[in-house]
Amino acid sequence: MTALQHVRLGTYYVVPMASSDDFDEWRDHARRLLMADVPPDRVAWTEPGGSAGDLFSHGDRRLPVPDHDATPPRVSKRFMNIAKTVLLNSDPTRFSLLYRVLWRLQTKPRLIEDMADPDVRAMADMARAVRRDIHKMRAFVRFRVVEEEGGPNESKSEHYVAWFEPFHHILRHNAGFFTRRFANMRWSILTPRGSLHWDGETLREGPPATRADAPGGDPAEDLWRSYYASIFNPARLKVGAMLKEMPRKYWKNMPEAQLIPELIAGAQAREATMVEKGAIDMGERPETLAAIDKAIHACARCPIGELNNAAVMGEGPQDAQRFSGLMIVGEQPGDQEDLAGRPFVGPAGQLLDVHLAQVGIDRSAAYVTNTVKHFKYVQRGKRRLHQSPTAKEIDMCRWWVESERMIVQPRLVLAMGASAARGMLGRTVSITKARGAPIPLEDGSELWVTAHPSYLLRLDGAGREEQERLFRKDLAAVAARLTQLQAS
Amino acid sequence: MTQKSTLDRLKILADAAKYDASCASSGTSKRDSRGGKGIGSTEGMGICHAYAPDGRCISLLKLLLTNHCVFDCHYCVNRKSSNVERAKFTPQEVADLTLAFYKRNYIEGLFLSSGIIRSSDHTMEMLVEAARILREEHDFRGYIHLKTIPEADPEIVHRAGLYADRVSINVELPTDAGLTRLAPDKNAGQIDGAMAGMKSAIVEAKDAKKRFRHAPKFAPAGQSTQMIVGADAASDADIVTRASSLYTRHRLRRVYYSAFSPIPDASAVLPLKRPPLIREHRLYQSDWLMRFYGFAPHEVAQAAGADGMLPLDIDPKLAWALKFRESFPVDVNRAPKEVLLRVPGLGTRAVGQILMARRHRRLRLEDVAKLTVSVKKVQPFIVTVDWRPVLLTDRADLKALIAPKAEQLELFAA
Repeated sequence: MTALQHVRLGTYYVVPMASSDDFDEWRDHARRLLMADVPPDRVAWTEPGGSAGDLFSHGDRRLPVPDHDATPPRVSKRFMNIAKTVLLNSDPTRFSLLYRVLWRLQTKPRLIEDMADPDVRAMADMARAVRRDIHKMRAFVRFRVVEEEGGPNESKSEHYVAWFEPFHHILRHNAGFFTRRFANMRWSILTPRGSLHWDGETLREGPPATRADAPGGDPAEDLWRSYYASIFNPARLKVGAMLKEMPRKYWKNMPEAQLIPELIAGAQAREATMVEKGAIDMGERPETLAAIDKAIHACARCPIGELNNAAVMGEGPQDAQRFSGLMIVGEQPGDQEDLAGRPFVGPAGQLLDVHLAQVGIDRSAAYVTNTVKHFKYVQRGKRRLHQSPTAKEIDMCRWWVESERMIVQPRLVLAMGASAARGMLGRTVSITKARGAPIPLEDGSELWVTAHPSYLLRLDGAGREEQERLFRKDLAAVAARLTQLQAS
Repeated sequence: MTQKSTLDRLKILADAAKYDASCASSGTSKRDSRGGKGIGSTEGMGICHAYAPDGRCISLLKLLLTNHCVFDCHYCVNRKSSNVERAKFTPQEVADLTLAFYKRNYIEGLFLSSGIIRSSDHTMEMLVEAARILREEHDFRGYIHLKTIPEADPEIVHRAGLYADRVSINVELPTDAGLTRLAPDKNAGQIDGAMAGMKSAIVEAKDAKKRFRHAPKFAPAGQSTQMIVGADAASDADIVTRASSLYTRHRLRRVYYSAFSPIPDASAVLPLKRPPLIREHRLYQSDWLMRFYGFAPHEVAQAAGADGMLPLDIDPKLAWALKFRESFPVDVNRAPKEVLLRVPGLGTRAVGQILMARRHRRLRLEDVAKLTVSVKKVQPFIVTVDWRPVLLTDRADLKALIAPKAEQLELFAA
């Protein structure tokens, strides 16, 4: 019982630690103190190079000699696991906290499970901070390549060097991770607490370094920065979420982080431009054909409307009684339609008229219109050459043809050509596949698809004959279906 | 036309890839580069090497091989009818870029996807080729995630699984009707079939691995998928139901939700306004409830309102608790784990700590406070030795008491 009496008399011990991250060293000291029954408040632990403070200035630096018959203390594996991590924390109180918990464990062996206990809680918090730092080091170390001559072979002449500033004593702990991952690379990690060097076979520890020891830029960083800026989606700025996982304290050693302020500053502007560019503010849906007519003449929402042309409105019978229930939709007005201000009056319109007459469809009882309201062209000398509208232009102009359809309320719509079909369906369909059968539309009417007559005009010979036959067949089917619908 | 520089193409193809939400690099088999010729390791836990200001983690080099595409899906920035600038990489260039980034510790690996060029088979071949170069020529042992194309030949898709840690097929939209309307070239049945095929390949390979040590690994990190939220009319209840059926039927590791966000040169069919980002967050929370908190899909749907939408102002667990107040308060000193997990404000970690701590002491409110982030949120739903919420769960204004305060709109906000 000499050791116990010794303590009761008020002896203080000072344990100067030789290393900041050597768990075995702490364990050896702690075991001796425990076996000599030294309570935690009689021990001061000091960091390498640190002092124990005034209270312990007269403390005994020789540790007590444990009794011969004292049993070596036993603790749970769980404590050991957490303690090993806690020891890497840079908090100078960690040694004494661990010893205090170890001391208390002797009388309450399962204390470590009680997370509501302040000491256990403090241990858990310290361990978490260390684990996070370990993880962040694995994530945020950035190597820069240095070309070095005289390597033993070609591939090893590249030397990868990183400068990193960990917050806890985790460098040695993380060595394994980097050697496993970059086993066949020559690399060095320099930190203010020490350095690691791997040559492909052995790991060497070096002295603390400074930022000046690390090499400068690496051309690959430009690629990485571009990647970082491009993968960022400005439409969903969440700076808080970023800061939570990548606090500012890490930024200074990450090449991509210097972009963050400008990315954030530019984000709202970029999203606004995107929305604005995509925005087609059509306003209220017009309720009369006259209103549509007026509106399309003023429409310049896509570039076609800005050309030297006039909008061409659809036309149908003046007398609603005469309307047969058929709406015929083409692609866009051509040169002659643009000049006349009426749909299907040019060569394609004339061809259409011939075929309609052949199958017995009365054009004057149908509503005839186009998907795109303006003539899209390029000027070639004196001639204006037809240009197909883009999918986007069709999608934008759909608003008008849809409005017409809502007012006219046809029972059957005939879309001629791929543009017209897209204007009706909102997606591109193949004419060859879609023709010959009705496609139901949401309002209960049905859509029939066929080729555009101007397509027939571009063909000749046998090809034209074949296409004209198919066209006439489609029109005949429409005529038959229309009669059927009118009868029902 | 002269070829664009690597830097320019990287910008275009990374920009095009950012609408894929997944960047996970976790859950694969453990391996490292010791004893090999190359580099790379995977140690179970994924690593996020950077975070972008959108709060998303950057773990993988997420790229499209090309953003040329023959498909015309309305929500997609790379659809045929879009005017975005196009570019492409060769599989070799992608492999080189991956290695250059990996050696500098920028990334955990590669997530490669692509627009459809020429044919689905050709595109899939190119994706697999990039993975093959990395694995076979460079002995790369980092993480590879390959997007597979449902229309491609199953044999090529199978090879993808042999090189990749994770494979994914996007279901794109929560309902088949939405898919037909917004992705006219895609086919719901085909996507489903491809997922089922992938599932059985993964299961078979796992089984073979148990019996033969040298059986080849097949997508050890499983398969995942992504749904776009807010581009069609699907309600949260629809989405949750769909997700849970994907989890059970195809054994997906993850279902990702991507809030539809305005894209440059958007199709006119789409809504212009993005859905609130918080909606995506609430869906992820409900996903968590199903995966880690023992909620059944219909229970999550119960938390939604009459319109099938989860409330945006409070989280789905709190919404559920407010609807089923008769299940509360819960005695933290007695309640079993499943019941504790239902208490709003108690996460899985807190529940684990409560279970452990209560073996040693009768928990008081201050003890619970130490184990949770906010005791105020938990308080109305629990009973401790020294605390019992008197009639609190009967109060009509309970929601107002615990829901986060609505933010005062800034009058002079910039």
